[in-house]
Amino acid sequence: MIVELGAFALVLGLALSIAQAATLALARMRRSAALAGAGEGMALGAFLSLAVAFVALVWAFVVSDFSVANVAENSHTAKPLLYRIAGAWGSHEGSILLWCLALTGYGAAVAGLGRHLPADLKASALAVQGLLGAVFLAYTVFASNPFLRLDPGPVEGRSLNPLLQDPALALHPPFLYAGYVGLSVVFSFAVAALIEGRVDAAWARWVRPWTLAAWSLLTLGITLGAFWAYYELGWGGWWFWDPVENSSFMPWLVATALLHSAIVTEKRGALPGWTVFLALAAFSFSMLGAFLVRSGVLTSVHAFAVDPERGVLLLIILGIMAGGGFALFTWRAPSLTPGGVFAPISRESALVLNNILLAAATATVLLGTLFPLIREAATGEAISVGPPYFNLTFTPLMAILLLLLPVGPLLAWKRGDALGAAQRLWAAAGLALAVALAVFALSEPKKAFGAMGMGLGAWLIAGAVAELAERGRAFRVPAAETFRRLANLPRGAWGMTLAHIGLGVFVLGACYETGWKAESAQAVPIGGRIQVAGYELTLLDVHGVEGPNYEAERGRLEARKDGRLVCTPTPERRLYLPGGQTTTEVAICHEGPSHLYVVLGERRAAAGAPVWLVRAYWNPLALLIFLGPAIMALGGAVSLSDRRLRLGVGRKAEAPA
Amino acid sequence: MRKLLIVLAAVFCMGAASDPAERLPDPAQEARARELFREVRCLVCQNESIDDSDAELAADLRRIVRERVAAGESDDQIKAFLTERYGEFVLLRPAFSLGNLALWIAPLIVVVGGIGLLLARLRNRPPEPELSSAEADRLEKLARD
Repeated sequence: MIVELGAFALVLGLALSIAQAATLALARMRRSAALAGAGEGMALGAFLSLAVAFVALVWAFVVSDFSVANVAENSHTAKPLLYRIAGAWGSHEGSILLWCLALTGYGAAVAGLGRHLPADLKASALAVQGLLGAVFLAYTVFASNPFLRLDPGPVEGRSLNPLLQDPALALHPPFLYAGYVGLSVVFSFAVAALIEGRVDAAWARWVRPWTLAAWSLLTLGITLGAFWAYYELGWGGWWFWDPVENSSFMPWLVATALLHSAIVTEKRGALPGWTVFLALAAFSFSMLGAFLVRSGVLTSVHAFAVDPERGVLLLIILGIMAGGGFALFTWRAPSLTPGGVFAPISRESALVLNNILLAAATATVLLGTLFPLIREAATGEAISVGPPYFNLTFTPLMAILLLLLPVGPLLAWKRGDALGAAQRLWAAAGLALAVALAVFALSEPKKAFGAMGMGLGAWLIAGAVAELAERGRAFRVPAAETFRRLANLPRGAWGMTLAHIGLGVFVLGACYETGWKAESAQAVPIGGRIQVAGYELTLLDVHGVEGPNYEAERGRLEARKDGRLVCTPTPERRLYLPGGQTTTEVAICHEGPSHLYVVLGERRAAAGAPVWLVRAYWNPLALLIFLGPAIMALGGAVSLSDRRLRLGVGRKAEAPA
Repeated sequence: MRKLLIVLAAVFCMGAASDPAERLPDPAQEARARELFREVRCLVCQNESIDDSDAELAADLRRIVRERVAAGESDDQIKAFLTERYGEFVLLRPAFSLGNLALWIAPLIVVVGGIGLLLARLRNRPPEPELSSAEADRLEKLARD
């Protein structure tokens, strides 16, 4: 009964989305406030319908209703409650339903929070949002319905892939989708702006909070995914330049570019066309990601719910929505008046340079992801584009971007003072150089690129602090005055500083972990030893453990450094009974921000006693890889709380200079 | 079946190359072999290098690479051998060839194009209007106050 209610609510959501698009389009054409109000009500109704449908699906998973095909294929009675709930978005159908929930949710949020938007812009944007909802909901209802019944239903379900039975991965899709789909609002605003023919400072101000929110959520979603890969796949890798990862990274790169170009449009009225283009591109990349991940056209380690036939439908949706948006752009963009002149040395130029490099990075990732398909279609030869390609192309682009980054915020709008910026940054530059030299001198083995990366990370952090010091006029006015100035800084400034520091923290972690990780593997008997990076691990014992839906061998080890007991890791090797798959549960000892990472491998027969293949990794500063992006997302949230950007706060836009 | 293969591929890929049973006795040669593994694709896996994969084919490829490293072949010779046997698909770093030209120069084109557009925009900017004498007087007066 509840499942039927969910199915009904889903169809109702589709009907309301179609009605929303039609009503608001009509409201815009007739400039009717009554119709617009009705359309906004429909947006809210569509969201409530989807919420009911989603809860119904979760309920079916919680009570293990195997007469629902989707539950039967993806759940199992023996799974813990958290993973039964997470199973609701573990499948293709469920994840698309989550996508639709987010899509209608953002529509309802614009309707509810955007009280001070100009009526025309709001009606147009919500009509587009309704259209997006209608298209994706039609796909859900007719091609990917999660509520289809089985008759008779099986007694037991087929269970979810055990690799996905993990807290980080239970949370990863909701964050990722909230981020992906948050960009739909930006897309709708961009289309609306093109229809209205006005892109000005006010428009950029309305778009920025949505971009910030989506960007922060996307940052967290990607980080959770990387963290999951780090400790669940069992060899300490956190980024593989895999097509699925790239699919989530491209919208992030474009959203990052958009955040920066929207600032230029908001403060200076410049680059309106480019900002609108990025706004269209961001959600187009989200849709491209959904298509690439769900269609299985690219082989990936993370391909968990793949269906080539439905992929074609997703491609058609992508083609129509993105194609329509960009066609409108080519038609209307020439009428946008580019405002705001600026000198070669200015904050505008710095932000444009940021955008050029981010666009080039996006193009690199896009081409690296799609080139094997293109080349195979064109010549029939299969080629691979793997991590070595991205290390040679993406990394240098980013290095240049990071090198320039701290300079941008210190330049004035319109016409900056390069010498002045250099004077304010000399201390940061000296510190960065010292860090690079110290790392090069002190770490073994000597790695020049790794040391330069560490210098870059220090440069970002020190540069962000220098910018903060400049704003507070530190050392030039009394300390109390500096504190007063810093306390009065807008939240947006703190958000930027935090985000840039977070990026620096990430760079430090990523460069050090990649450059100086140590690895050791050995077949050891009980009482046997294995050494890595100065740590000595002794395998104390291995015993059987029974979990809710798995059986495991759990090893108990003792890690010592210079005789001091560091920790007793207990890695597991699990056999999941429903599907018969084995997974490893690594044990991680935290040594400050560094990780001692221990994996229990298979049991091997040896003369006399049994031996286990134990792998131990020393991942120095690995924690920073995940802490950095978390700080960046926090920066986004702080910036979002800025009064000037707070959703719903209406303020007359200042006339663009 | 396809789903099962994907799952199996994911499960079997667990940092296999460090297995002590496979290692070369000479640490320098072993390190070189490991570097090479990262550039060779495990052909039956889901986008995995042979350094990471536990699949049988990956183990075979690792054995081949290690043997050739031990025999003193250069990296290029080994890659050429693998390409001849398995096609370009086996290399995770695409070759610098005419067919891959677009792949390698695209990032450069975007950067150069973008900077070109920026320069064009900067050059076309209208000259900033000079202050008229009346405005200059007014500014001076304001500055004095």
